Amino acid sequence: MTKPKVATTSLAGCFGCHMSILDIDDRILKLVELIDFNKSPVTDIKKFSERCLVGLVEGGCCNEENVHVLQDFRKNCDVLISVGDCAIMGGIPAMRNGISLKECFQEAYQDGVTVYNPSGKIPSDKELPLLLDKVYPCSAIVKMDYHMPGCPPSADTIWETLVALLTNKPLDLPYELIKYD
Amino acid sequence: MSDKIKFTIDDVEIEAEAGQTILQAADAAGVYIPRLCANKNLTPHGSCRVCTVKVNGRSQAACTQPVAPGINVESESEEIKAYRKSLVEMLFVEGNHYCMFCEKSGNCELQAVAYRLGIDAPKHEYLFPSRDVDASHPEIFIDRNRCILCGRCVRASKELDGKNVFQFVGRGIHKKVAVNSDAKLSDTELAGVDMAVSSCPVGAILRKRVGFAIPVGQRLYDAKPIGSDIEASRTDK
Repeated sequence: MTKPKVATTSLAGCFGCHMSILDIDDRILKLVELIDFNKSPVTDIKKFSERCLVGLVEGGCCNEENVHVLQDFRKNCDVLISVGDCAIMGGIPAMRNGISLKECFQEAYQDGVTVYNPSGKIPSDKELPLLLDKVYPCSAIVKMDYHMPGCPPSADTIWETLVALLTNKPLDLPYELIKYD
Repeated sequence: MSDKIKFTIDDVEIEAEAGQTILQAADAAGVYIPRLCANKNLTPHGSCRVCTVKVNGRSQAACTQPVAPGINVESESEEIKAYRKSLVEMLFVEGNHYCMFCEKSGNCELQAVAYRLGIDAPKHEYLFPSRDVDASHPEIFIDRNRCILCGRCVRASKELDGKNVFQFVGRGIHKKVAVNSDAKLSDTELAGVDMAVSSCPVGAILRKRVGFAIPVGQRLYDAKPIGSDIEASRTDK
């Protein structure tokens, strides 16, 4: 029997949730017995090469590339999980939601006290993904099947969740493992 | 002849004093009913509706509804739990609640009630409203992004501090806590030791320079769910 495939990605996140995945320590050896990683920063596979059972999504959507990646995940994964508060509610990046894009750009490239930008231009290369008007939670873009809160969710939370999902058992997390911080 | 009033919560018999609310009687009997706007030192407000129970089949706020002989109170039914969950989820999407960097995190009643109700993520769309912060006061700031309009500060300032520093203004989605001065918090009589400050269940009114003092793991709701203290006094177990 072939092992189920798991894909992971970090959208508008800080990679802290991926660090927390690695924080399962030696259990990662048990994990690779249970699954194969497909598209993921862990494997550096850039494109889905086969259908995945689980997609772990860190971070919300702040630009068009995030949206495309997330839609790609939805297409290629049976179960999509928001990992961490950014995927669930936008997180720290969503703090810009009360500020206009124009003001954000001005602060970042023109008026900020540490800005060095003699041309005064705001980067507009075609290669750069366009920023969205707001930072969106993943569930505002595609259907997310499960949510794993935390900043980041603890390694134990991630481990228990994955193992329950992969072994088809109900998940009953103890109180200490569900936290929003 | 005893003047105790007998009634049931989820089929458990409770004895109450005349004049108590359902919430007070439940607390005394060691039965926890989730609540946010209620505080035992303040006049009941009945605004958050998180303590909603069914009294003989009708929805009532346990914090304002007086006990009566023989009433049948339903609190932990699937229907009521789902209703509470939805209410708390709405509070999360209606404000800007960034638990990850909030000084109140771990000691926050909104967060703790959400943990207790088993909320992993709100089902509703986030509104990301534009709310203001008033940090003009030397000792205290008010961050309206985190305010849930429970009115505890309004009541505590009036009833316990005798000052009337806070009051609600506006209606519906525009409702907010305003301060009793022309413009700023610093122009009010508010002091750092006021009960109006410590009564805030969330991180909306906080004292400055004391945040993050307690390490993660030792905060109020890190190890045990909110209400554990009330449940510890339960006698019928």
